[in-house]
Amino acid sequence: MSRLNKQRGAKPKQENCLVGNKQIIAPGYCRLTLYAPLIAREVYPGQFVEVYMPPEHQPMLPRPFSVYKANQKTGEIVILFEIKGQGTRLITAAEPGATLKLLGPLGHGFPELPSDAVLVAGGMGIAPLVFLASSTDLPRTLIYGAPTVAQLACPSSDLDMPGLTILEATEDGSKGDQGTTVDLLIRCINNVGAVFACGPSPMLQAVKKISDRAAVKAWVSVEERMACGIGACVGCAVATPGGYKRVCKDGPVFAAEEVILSE
Amino acid sequence: MNKKRCQADLESKTNNDYGLTNESSVQPDLRVNLAGIELANPILAASGPFGYGHQYRELFDLSLLGGIIVKGISPEPWEGNPPPRLAETTGGMLNAIGLQNPGLEKFLKEYLPSLRGSGTKIIVNVIGCSVDEYAAVASRLDGVEGIDGLELNISCPNVKAGGIAFGTDPASTGNVVSTVRKQTGLPLLIKLSPNVTDIASIARAAEEAGADGLSLINTLSGMLIDLEKKTPLLGNTFGGLSGPAIMPVALKMVWQVAGAVKIPVLGMGGINSARDALQFIMAGARAVAVGTGLFYNPDLPAEIKEGIADYLQQHRFPDLKSIEKIAQDPKGEE
Ligand SMILES: Cc1cc2nc3c(=O)[nH]c(=O)nc-3n(C[C@H](O)[C@H](O)[C@H](O)COP(=O)(O)OP(=O)(O)OC[C@H]3O[C@@H](n4cnc5c(N)ncnc54)[C@H](O)[C@@H]3O)c2cc1C
Ligand SMILES: Cc1cc2nc3c(=O)[nH]c(=O)nc-3n(C[C@H](O)[C@H](O)[C@H](O)COP(=O)(O)O)c2cc1C
Ligand code: FES
Repeated sequence: MSRLNKQRGAKPKQENCLVGNKQIIAPGYCRLTLYAPLIAREVYPGQFVEVYMPPEHQPMLPRPFSVYKANQKTGEIVILFEIKGQGTRLITAAEPGATLKLLGPLGHGFPELPSDAVLVAGGMGIAPLVFLASSTDLPRTLIYGAPTVAQLACPSSDLDMPGLTILEATEDGSKGDQGTTVDLLIRCINNVGAVFACGPSPMLQAVKKISDRAAVKAWVSVEERMACGIGACVGCAVATPGGYKRVCKDGPVFAAEEVILSE
Repeated sequence: MNKKRCQADLESKTNNDYGLTNESSVQPDLRVNLAGIELANPILAASGPFGYGHQYRELFDLSLLGGIIVKGISPEPWEGNPPPRLAETTGGMLNAIGLQNPGLEKFLKEYLPSLRGSGTKIIVNVIGCSVDEYAAVASRLDGVEGIDGLELNISCPNVKAGGIAFGTDPASTGNVVSTVRKQTGLPLLIKLSPNVTDIASIARAAEEAGADGLSLINTLSGMLIDLEKKTPLLGNTFGGLSGPAIMPVALKMVWQVAGAVKIPVLGMGGINSARDALQFIMAGARAVAVGTGLFYNPDLPAEIKEGIADYLQQHRFPDLKSIEKIAQDPKGEE
């Protein structure tokens, strides 16, 4: 915990990062390695970076991405993202050897994994959970689901970790069980140390309910549109029982009972 | 940036060749007096995007700025609008934060103390739902250590007048300004809304009611619709447009207001470079503020400061006064 607390005090840094390996891992998905030694040294699972757009381009605002992997020794971080709009297209257009400016590490991430944790990833929600899963060798389970196999974009080689059990589900049955991550979670919730989830808001809401009913502690990583990314503008508000909080600074990871999620 | 330096070097060499004094290599004086507040340089952080300065402080030394205008403060905490609060548009962005703030007492207790001694001037943006609320904040802040001035955001809806913003007509502007004026000896800036038919008449009303300076522009009212949900995109339906897209609109309004009043003007709206900032000063602004630009370039204040100094040096202007309003008044006559 002390390690975590120390890292939590880490100040965000602007870093000009060399673009390394770039892979279009499936149509519409990119896995990008960036040389970011300052960020790699301090980032912990659940935190994110803002990637600035190349200057003089549209859009202007930086785009937030969870850190998917970080290697202190090589100084590299990896982000895994869906190519959605102009911003992610521009980032994908950066070739190895080019530089992208990053701001990070940002936000409050996940607490340390206890034994028998279950990680629940819906679609691109896999990104921060891969980093989290890699932070321990304790037995842990990853539930990974999406509507179809095409959206299970994470390369299976990245999920090959000692002690990690993987359960997959697709709504159309094209891979793993037919059904949702929530169906899989219901099946195992009674033998779980804690739940760590990232994905669409309705999935997080279901995870929250199921965990609450089973009296299992749950942590969720939520998304909102961002501008500053550092807690100054209050643009990334999420509703909580005690008023609005900032996803970029108070989150993106919250204790499930701390946030009001849309169904 | 390097290119500019080279140019400056070349120029100073030329001066020596012609046996001219080496004046152009003397650092130009960037100090300005804005409404009675002595600023070390003319670049401020606009109210809102910068919060209360604590976060950007982790990215740069606040003393780099002439001043900080903290996010709007009301007597009691305001919750703000439901999300989504932000949306990006071509050349700009919409925000509908809803003036979320911790309220006056919490600001004084938890936010102000660490800003004292940050080496920059602190101006508090004041918001309210009634004239009394503005007056209450102003009177409480009068004489508080570490506060150098007030900026009244009169774009707030006036609850007693059916929610019409205070700043949309000269009479209600004059009313709120003269009431607040009686409550404070601090330099008093009035932040004008661009969502009006005649900004100069509102500027004059604020001046006559005792304002020491005027800030402009606030955001332009706008909206977007989400095509998937077929509903307004912002939680609040309407939001405020800021960023480079509004720069020419803001520049025109600064020009009009600077031509209509004698008190100094703090210009803002889409400033994205030293070239933009210089245009505002030439249109009549005493100083400039940056908001949205910080989101995509936290180094913007430093770049503007350096760019302005380079420009003055290259064109052999000793200070900012020499170019203030020069485009409206080429001979420098008042
Ligand atoms: C803390 C955080 C971590 C994230 N991590 C990842 C990640 O690891 N991998 C990944 O693929 N994506 C991640 N996202 C989402 C990612 O930031 C957006 O998909 C991206 O900004 C879209 O940019 P764009 O310009 O391509 O698309 P745009 O043209 O901006 O938008 C395309 C669509 O994406 C939606 N969108 C835009 N910005 C956001 C946002 N901030 N959050 C949610 N939806 C948005 C828009 O509403 C629109 O429908 C994360 C978001 C946050 C807040
Ligand atoms: C996210 C955000 C929050 C803002 N909050 C305030 C505020 O609390 N009070 C205020 O007077 N202006 C507020 N503004 C307006 C700015 O101070 C400024 O007038 C406007 O954004 C134009 O400048 P820019 O284009 O450089 O951002 C806000 C603007 C943004 C983008
Ligand atoms: S994005 Fe500005 S506070 Fe979160």
